[in-house]
This record gives sequence, C-alpha cells and structure tokens, in this order.
Amino acid sequence: MAKLKKLADYRDEIEQCVKCGGCRAYCPAFGAEKHEGRVARGKIALADSLLKGDVELEEKFLLDMSQCLLCGSCYSQCPNKVHTEDIVAATRREIAERKGLSTFGKGVGTILKHQGVMNLLAKGGGAFSKLLFKKVPEQSGLRLRFPAPFITKDRTLPPLTAKPFRERHPERIPGEAGKPTVLFFTGCGINYMYPDSGEALLKALKFIGVNIIIPKAQACCGLPAVSAGAADTVESLAADNLKVFQQYQYDYIVTACASCHSGLTQIYPGMGDEFDPYKDKVRDIFVFLVEQGFAEKLSELPKAENPIRVTYHDPCHLRNHGITKEPRAILKALPQVDFAEMEAAGTCCGLGGTYSVYHYDTSKKIGAKKAGFIAASGAALVATDCPGCIMQLQDSLNHAGEKQQVVHILDLVAEALP
Amino acid sequence: MLNPSILEKLQQISGKDHVLTDKADLICYSYDATQRQFLPDVVVHPADADEISRIMQLANAEKIPVFPRGAGTGFTGGSVPVAGGIVLGLSRLDRILEIDEENLVATIEPGVVTEDFQKTVEKVGLFYPPDPASLKVSTMGGNVAECAGGPRCVKYGVTKDYIIGLEIVTPTGDIIKTGGPTMKGVVGYDLTKLICGSEGTLAIMTKIVVKLLPKPEAKKTMLVMFSSIDGAAQAVSAIIRGKIIPTTLEFLDARTLECVRNATDLDVPEAAQAVLLIEVDGDREFLDGQTRKISAIVQPLGVVETRIAETPEESEALWQVRRSISASLRQVNPDKYNEDICVPRSRVPDMIRKIEAIADKYNIPIVNYGHAGDGNIHVNIMVDNAVPGEQEKAEKAIVEVFEGTLELGGTMSGEHGVGIMKAPFLNMELQDNVIDYMKTIKKALDPNNILNPGKIFPSDVRAH
Repeated sequence: MAKLKKLADYRDEIEQCVKCGGCRAYCPAFGAEKHEGRVARGKIALADSLLKGDVELEEKFLLDMSQCLLCGSCYSQCPNKVHTEDIVAATRREIAERKGLSTFGKGVGTILKHQGVMNLLAKGGGAFSKLLFKKVPEQSGLRLRFPAPFITKDRTLPPLTAKPFRERHPERIPGEAGKPTVLFFTGCGINYMYPDSGEALLKALKFIGVNIIIPKAQACCGLPAVSAGAADTVESLAADNLKVFQQYQYDYIVTACASCHSGLTQIYPGMGDEFDPYKDKVRDIFVFLVEQGFAEKLSELPKAENPIRVTYHDPCHLRNHGITKEPRAILKALPQVDFAEMEAAGTCCGLGGTYSVYHYDTSKKIGAKKAGFIAASGAALVATDCPGCIMQLQDSLNHAGEKQQVVHILDLVAEALP
Repeated sequence: MLNPSILEKLQQISGKDHVLTDKADLICYSYDATQRQFLPDVVVHPADADEISRIMQLANAEKIPVFPRGAGTGFTGGSVPVAGGIVLGLSRLDRILEIDEENLVATIEPGVVTEDFQKTVEKVGLFYPPDPASLKVSTMGGNVAECAGGPRCVKYGVTKDYIIGLEIVTPTGDIIKTGGPTMKGVVGYDLTKLICGSEGTLAIMTKIVVKLLPKPEAKKTMLVMFSSIDGAAQAVSAIIRGKIIPTTLEFLDARTLECVRNATDLDVPEAAQAVLLIEVDGDREFLDGQTRKISAIVQPLGVVETRIAETPEESEALWQVRRSISASLRQVNPDKYNEDICVPRSRVPDMIRKIEAIADKYNIPIVNYGHAGDGNIHVNIMVDNAVPGEQEKAEKAIVEVFEGTLELGGTMSGEHGVGIMKAPFLNMELQDNVIDYMKTIKKALDPNNILNPGKIFPSDVRAH
C-alpha cells in the first residue's frame, strides 16, 4: 500500500527555508493572530527542532501545528518554494504517531473510512434538518466528519441530502460515440451536501456528449484526514481509490472540488508511483471544460438582458496548482453573468480542513476579511469551485450580515444550459 | 533561565498572555533571515511605551539583556537574542496614529508593516519612498533601526531621510522625544538621525514621525540589455550626467543573468551580459520623453536590446527578471553569503572586476546584482557548506571583497547594517578612534550594556 512520507523525509525541504519571513505577508492564520508560531517560518523552525530533538510535543507546539490551514498560501509566494503545508501535515502525522490521533480529531479517521455509515448519517441528517435552527441538526452525521466542536449554534451549514448523489445515478452514463470518457470523482462535499452541483456537472458533461462513469465504490479523497494527521486513514482511502482508478477504462478523472483535486494530484502522487498512470488524467472540471471548447459553446448562448454580477473566489487548492484562469473563463462566458473581480480573490476562506473545527474564532476572523472583499466587489453572487469554500464563505457572509449567496460555478452553468 | 520572580514582574507589567516562556514559543523568536539561532529566556510583547519603560528599568536592575524585535527579517542578526534574556516583540505597537495631509507628516508606531503604511498614505495621494525588498513584511521600527534602503533610494534617499522625529524608550527606561513634526529643527543634537541605523542598540522606538511626499502621478519601466558590464556601468554614469535621476537603476551581472536563464523561462538573450532595469516617475506627460532620452544616452554603449513597458502588466513582466533572482540563485549552490557593499557609483565596474577576480581565485561562484544607481551591490557568494572547505573559502572571499570595497572608497554595508554578521570586520572599515567614539556613546546611554548587546561591535558575548 502506498505510504505517506514521514516528517524525517522532509529534512531537505525544511533546509530550503532561509527564514526570510516573506510568508508573514500571506499566511491567513498569521494575519489573524500575529504570533510567529502561526506562520510557515515558525512552523518550519519547530519541525526542524522536533527532528533534532530540541523540543518536546508540548502544548504550545501542538497549538502552533494545529494553527495551519494547509492552504499553501505561503508556498505559492515562497521564493524557495518550500511546501510548508506538506511539512505541517507530516508533523501532525508524527504527533499522531507519538501521542495518538486525539490531538487532531479522531472522529475524522473513523468515519471517513466507512462509506455505509456516511450514507446512513447523511440520510438521517436530511430528515432532521428542517426541524432545526441554522438548518443543521446537532445530531448530524457530519458531526463525525466535522466533529463536535465544529457544529455550533453559531455556524451555518448546508443541509445534508436525503439521497447521496452517487446513489441517484447508474455507474455508467453513455455519451456520444467517439467522445472521451470521464470518471467523475465526486468527493464527499458533492455526494452528501451539494448534490445539485453534481447534477449540474452531469448536465454540462451531457451537453458536450462525453461518456460518464460514476464509480459507486469511490472513497473520500482523504484530505480532511491529511489535515487531521491520520496517516492510516489517508493510506487506506488512497488504496480504495486506487482500486477504483484501476477498475475502469476512461480518458480523464474529473473533480469539482478543489480539495479532491489536490488529494488526487498532490497527496497521492507523493505517496508512491502507483498513482503515476492516473495523475495526469486528473482534471478540475473547468480545466476539462475549457479544453473541450465549452467556453466557446457558452458564448454562443443568447445573452441575458439583466445579467447578475458574480465574483470568483480562488480555492487555495486550485490556486496552488496554477488553476485560476479556467474557472474565470467559464464564468465570463456565461450568458447570465456579469463578472467582477474582487480584491484578494486568491486569499484563503479560512476553512482549512480541521482548522475551522478547532479554531473557529480565528477561522471566523479570516472569513470576515474575505466577506469584506466580497461585499466590496458589488457582486450579488460569489462563485467558486470547492464545496468546503462554499460552506465557509456562506457562513462568513452570514456572520458579516452580507446578503451575497455562494454558489458553485457549476450551478450557474446548469442554469444557463438549455 | 530567568528566575521566577523576574518572570512574575514581567507578567505584572505586560500581562500573562504576553509573556512567553514555553520552548516552542522561544524557538519561534530565536532567529532572523541570517538563519542564526539563539534562544531567548523569555519573549515579551508589551502594549506601549510605559510597559517598555518598566521592562527596561527591571532589566537594568536585574542586568538582563533585552533584544527588540520587529518582523525578524534582518540580514545581519540585528534582532537575534545572542545572549539569551528578553526578546521584546513590538508587534502590538502597530497603529498608524495620524496622517497629517496639511503638513505631509505621519505619526506611526514601530510595528506597522512598511507596505501597509505605504498603501495607507497612497490612498490619500501621499508617498513614502523607501522600499526594502522585505517591505511586505518588515516593520517600520526595523526599517528605522537598520536605516533600510531599496531600489527607489537612488532618487529618493534612504529611511533616515524621511524620519524627522521619534518617541523612544532609552536603554535605562526613560521615555523621551527627539525631533518633531517640523521640516526644520536644529535645537540640540540630531538624536533622531543618531538613532536611525543604530540597530536597536541605543533606543527602543515607540513612535515614529515620518515625512511624506506627494505621490508621483505615474511611472514607466524599461529594461536595457548590454553586451558588457562596462557598457551598463557607463550607462549609469551617463544617465546621471545627463541630469536624469531615475527612480530605480538596478543592474544584473552576467552570472546573475546566467542563473535567471537557467532557472526560469524568461526571455534573456545570450548576448546580454548585463542588464539595467530602469524606472522613471513623475507627471505622465514627461515620462515618454525621459525614457526616449535614456534610450538615446545608452544606445552607443553596447545595447543588445531595449524593452519599454507600455502597461502595468508589461512593467511587471520586466520586474520579473529582477524578482526571479533570489530563487534562481538556489540552483547554483544551496548556501548563500549575501553581502551588500556600496561603492561610489562610478566605481561599480571596477568593483565587479575585483569580485570576478576573487571568484576565479577561490573558484566559487559569486553573483552580483543590485542598486547600480547608488553603487550598492548585492554580492552573493554561493557555496555548499556541506562540502568541506567551501565555508572557509567563502569567508576568505568575503574579507577580500570588503578589502576591495574599501580600496575603492566604499563601505561594507549599504543597507543591511553590521549586527553580528559584520561585527568581526568592523575595524577593517572604521578606525579605532571612530569605534571608540561610537562605543563612548553606547556606554553613556546604556551603562549596563543590556540593550541589544553583541551587535555592531565585536564582543565577547557568546552564543547559546
């Protein structure tokens, strides 16, 4: 089974940090709390000290390591391109290995491995949701994905669907002869929380006539478990998905979730060469659509008389991979959209896997900044390409008392298509 | 390890939350961009001048060294706690207190990030020119303490040219004011200028009074490639002789260009052996004339190619060549000794020749770029410290670079300061009686030698 790297494997990467401190300008956690332990440079110094045996796993060490969104904002601006997000994730695994998983959320590990339980919980959630404030029951199954501290009366969460996306469709949806075949890697967000965005994706894919495979056995990408330091969970999820990738014949693997995209293109390939045959097949849905000439097709649709102003939020896990143009290209081509760029579109929303679970206050501070930029853009809608970001942005906007709604770009695409 | 009663007193002064003693916290405040690491005994984040005053009084009573710290981005170790003791983090003093648009003066606290300050004054059409490369993170307190420079200084001068007043806490704990918000002022010694560039050894700043300029309406960027470093250097002199002072006059030497070519896909033709990045600013209507005039002046000097940016995006593309250097250098060798010598601008080609000879003598790559307009050269000696003997070679080369600099009437540091990195070489540049004069000042103001000891002057303070 493919294995995640150990902290010691990152020694060279750690050495690459020259302590210039440039990351202080880009780290959202540091922006919210100006303590050097929050920022990449401090975390790298701490990881280095741990490897050298100069520091114990004391409370402050754990706090600093938990105070990272793994957003890679530091990496994207680092002159030496040091992957602090990988170093922090490896440090969390090291902590889990030495002290047990409880530090970063045991619940994440246990539930993600059991899809049957997830399905059951999602169903329960959907049935309960109407009865409760802020739409989400405190008994919801996602409490295990987002364990107890995550669910507060204060937080807006989307309702869980009664029927997960993958249960609604056959595994194979044939398209036109000669068209490519895509494997849709749905991710948990779309499967359990935002199935409509999954439906929207199918509509877009059917519109261009491609063949679609939606494997029932696909598992969570494992990114929340990476964030939690749950190495075993990540490795077993990756092994499950590898089996799925091996089982079918297809040309592309398509994701509509930035985190899943990152899991498939950054985490898995870092675990071993088993994923080599698949990593180049992975496409974010908008990269795929742009490659297929979809933007041009959208441009041919009749323009709306009163277009709605929409801005775009760059999910960290796409921005880090240089995917910034394609989602915008699709948005701009939509007939009902009047696109407006916002300030700091590429800054983190503040969710950060398990970060928001344990540091909701800081997460809210980061979100509040973002909400301010969204409001200042004058847009009525903010569109993005990641269920996690959608959830966090909506929560931030609600807290700020702003009226903007957050949508997946796919939702707008489906609305525009005949 | 400080005794518990002292810690208790520090907690009484600044509050428990702002007094850090856990190992993980100490590690996070133990380094700067020199990558030298020294653990403090305690990190304190005071709220204001009054707390700092009380901390200094306590430190004097107990003879504990105090190391003021901004963002910790210095290149000479100015903020590292070489003798343990207290790291005094000034991040909570981060307010812009006043922007006086009638008098073109701002009053700020030392923890304000330089770029944040610049953006804030630019919103009301004002301008604070000094632009050290670290400006997105470095703080104004650190900039004043080190007298930071930057590319724009060729036209606009360095940090001290904009600092007209200070509120400081003295090493013995008094809170005093120097200078003030007037453009002129000659009553008594100019203590403000003394403190600018004193590397945190004479005072802890708590307020900074800054002179501002009206923001220039526009700027225009051009990149000129030369077939030789001599051509580029002559071009610098010729432009200035032509009575044009560009905002920026940055140069990259042949070895730097080679790194950029190898590490990036930027279009830098092989024929280009030196590059000048030139920026002019002012009223929009004058800029085209200026770039035309510069093109005409430099044309006879072996120009391979001239690119002039017509849009902000094109300007950014030209700057990319300069900005890509830092990362490109890593491809040469993993370890970098980064010096920032400064020679009279007409001597830049002589200096480059001297450095090339030193590089050949020791057979190590030395890459040069920097602020040609004011003769400030960033000399990067690239070695691999893991290879036996490389570090020693680099250290010998540095001494020879300094010797060459001084022979040409230059100085060992244009921007980074002395700190701990250049302290061993101080007497190469300064006569004993000059060092004595400086030490007399230090001793008079800080009789217990507790404010940032071990910096500037060679000393026997030992590393942890």
